[in-house]
Amino acid sequence: MQPSCRSTRGQKFGCSLILMAACLVLSWAFPSAEAAGPPAKVGVLQSLTGTMAISEVTVKNAEMLAIDQINGAGGVLGRKLVPIVEDGASDPAIFAQKAQKLLEQDEVVTVFGGWTSASRKAMLPVFERFHGLLWYPVQFEGNECSPDIMYSGAQPNQQILPALDWAFEKGYKRIFLLGSDYVFPRTANLILKKHILHRGGVVAGEEYVPLGGTDFSSVVNKIRLAHPQIIFNTLNGDSNVSFFKQMTAVGMPPSKLPVMSFSIAEQEAKAMGPSLVAGSYAAWNYFESLENAPNKKLVAAYDVKFGAGAVLDDPMVHGYIDVILWAAAVKKAGSFDPNAVRKAAVQLGWTSSAMGNVKFAPNQSLYQTAYVGILQPDGMFKILWQSKNPLFPEPYDSLAFPGKHCILK
Amino acid sequence: MGESAVIAGQAFNGISVASILLLAALGLALSFGVMNVINMAHGEMLMVGGYLSYLTCKFVHGPFAFLVALLIAFAGASLLGGLLEVSVIRWLYGRPLDTLLATWGVSLILQQGARSIFGPIGVEVTAPEWLNGSISIEHGAFAGMDLPYVRLFIILLAVVVLSLVALFIARTRWGLLLRAVHQDREMSEALGVNTSRVDLMVFALGTGVAGLAGSALALIAPVTPTVGQSYIVYAFLVVILGGLGSLLGAALASLLIGLFSAGAQIFMGVSLADVLLLVMVVLFIQFRPKGIVVRHSRALGEA
Repeated sequence: MQPSCRSTRGQKFGCSLILMAACLVLSWAFPSAEAAGPPAKVGVLQSLTGTMAISEVTVKNAEMLAIDQINGAGGVLGRKLVPIVEDGASDPAIFAQKAQKLLEQDEVVTVFGGWTSASRKAMLPVFERFHGLLWYPVQFEGNECSPDIMYSGAQPNQQILPALDWAFEKGYKRIFLLGSDYVFPRTANLILKKHILHRGGVVAGEEYVPLGGTDFSSVVNKIRLAHPQIIFNTLNGDSNVSFFKQMTAVGMPPSKLPVMSFSIAEQEAKAMGPSLVAGSYAAWNYFESLENAPNKKLVAAYDVKFGAGAVLDDPMVHGYIDVILWAAAVKKAGSFDPNAVRKAAVQLGWTSSAMGNVKFAPNQSLYQTAYVGILQPDGMFKILWQSKNPLFPEPYDSLAFPGKHCILK
Repeated sequence: MGESAVIAGQAFNGISVASILLLAALGLALSFGVMNVINMAHGEMLMVGGYLSYLTCKFVHGPFAFLVALLIAFAGASLLGGLLEVSVIRWLYGRPLDTLLATWGVSLILQQGARSIFGPIGVEVTAPEWLNGSISIEHGAFAGMDLPYVRLFIILLAVVVLSLVALFIARTRWGLLLRAVHQDREMSEALGVNTSRVDLMVFALGTGVAGLAGSALALIAPVTPTVGQSYIVYAFLVVILGGLGSLLGAALASLLIGLFSAGAQIFMGVSLADVLLLVMVVLFIQFRPKGIVVRHSRALGEA
């Protein structure tokens, strides 16, 4: 371990404080652990500052927990993992820069990170140029397919469309679409509209509010006029607080007019104050309240590391599972080479995880189960519905993007 | 809900938006008009007011905690404004570009400071019990309309603040000095008016009113480090449209902007309505470059 730190000292600031701290902690914590090869560097690239920090810092924590656990068990192929943590600063351009730094300068074997679609789109050309491998942990709008990214977050058919199935089952067929004005809500609603009409439902209205917008008076008025049975909400961040506050002020809290949200998980509910959004629905592939053994173990381990009461949510668990599956793929491939790893990853069998059984499909997205939950006043979701099986991930929706397929070699 | 109820509902929304805009823009109109200073950190005074109300409501409880929060927001924001005037703006008089840059820098510092202290996600002020609920109109032409108490309260607040400021300017000795400096700075100085004290007072008053705006805004939306940014553009629009340094102009312009965007939002999305609003303001300025209410003032160099 020591020689690696010394060898990087000459290079710029490659051996950052974090790496040094990691070296120190690791050499102190595992003095006797046998490591056959030099440590393997892995990149962790999330926003640690800026607007997205609230969500992404927790994903970083979950990824670090997985890396610690792997190191605790002796590393991968006899090599310890050394995480190199970089800050994407909530800015796509910085994500691209840092991705290049990680791949070119630090020569990491893989990178875990990204949150917004904008950050992923900015990093994509970098990973294609350097033939790196990015593990992306967040649900997204699909419509993208690259051999250099492992898309573990839900595709539209694993989150949005199952929520629509659930709504139709419950008899909610008159749907109002409300979102922030950027790529995810627009694409998600494009897909939703096609499916609502195809299945004989009604789109009661469709409205977009600029990112961070706080005035919903007109939107609330339009919703009242449209008489929807349910609202499908893809608003982002703080706009949700304004929206729920202003709906409640005119006597339409989520208990009266149901709201299905796609961007409110346990973390966001906690930050917003669960009482405001209690009674609203959410669709995810993981809820902390899931009753299975791997989840109980994960929640316990996370609480030990980050304090009792620390909350886990869907993107965090995806980040955690990404690291675990990457390590499994490296073992299967017998190599750290990104190309060998991605090919091995799609050949791994079913893995039992905190989200249920998961497996990478040949298109490098994850088979996973969809859940619908209702938010309780304590900030946890009660699970109301789940898909019968883990769903095959489909990046290109057949109605919205007919004829397009994701085939990777 | 009938057609007339929709139109009346949107008119109410327009007035409610206008009242927040007016509170946000009043201070800007004052400092712009009297001191010829463009304060880019004005939006952050709104933010400071919001966070101060949040803190007050955390420590003070009871039905009238929010009224205490309003006072503290006003006091805190005007104190900070005064400090900004004494430490930065006073040294940059007559250098509008430098003032612009310096206050922009202050705005960035305050934003990042708020982010470091309170975190990037918004904090909430829970409206007091007596502001929960709404007046529902169930019969007649406007059946189906809903007037939330919170919005009625904000409209009332704006009207009260506007009247108080107008009274202050028209009836008090300080108001007299303010008008004198506004009309002819050099002459007032020659007659023994301490203009730098008048400037300090105007600036502190203006930022204090912005603090009130932030406090009111906290009732309907979360307070975030960037909350000022989303209102500063509209506040500038109000000042430009209303005519520099005119209270009446600012009030009329807020109403015009509020009603226009609420009206436009019946037919189109929020983003498009914003675009249309900007186009309208640009066109209006073409025909009336000095705004709705033209004040003749030597302070603005047009004597």
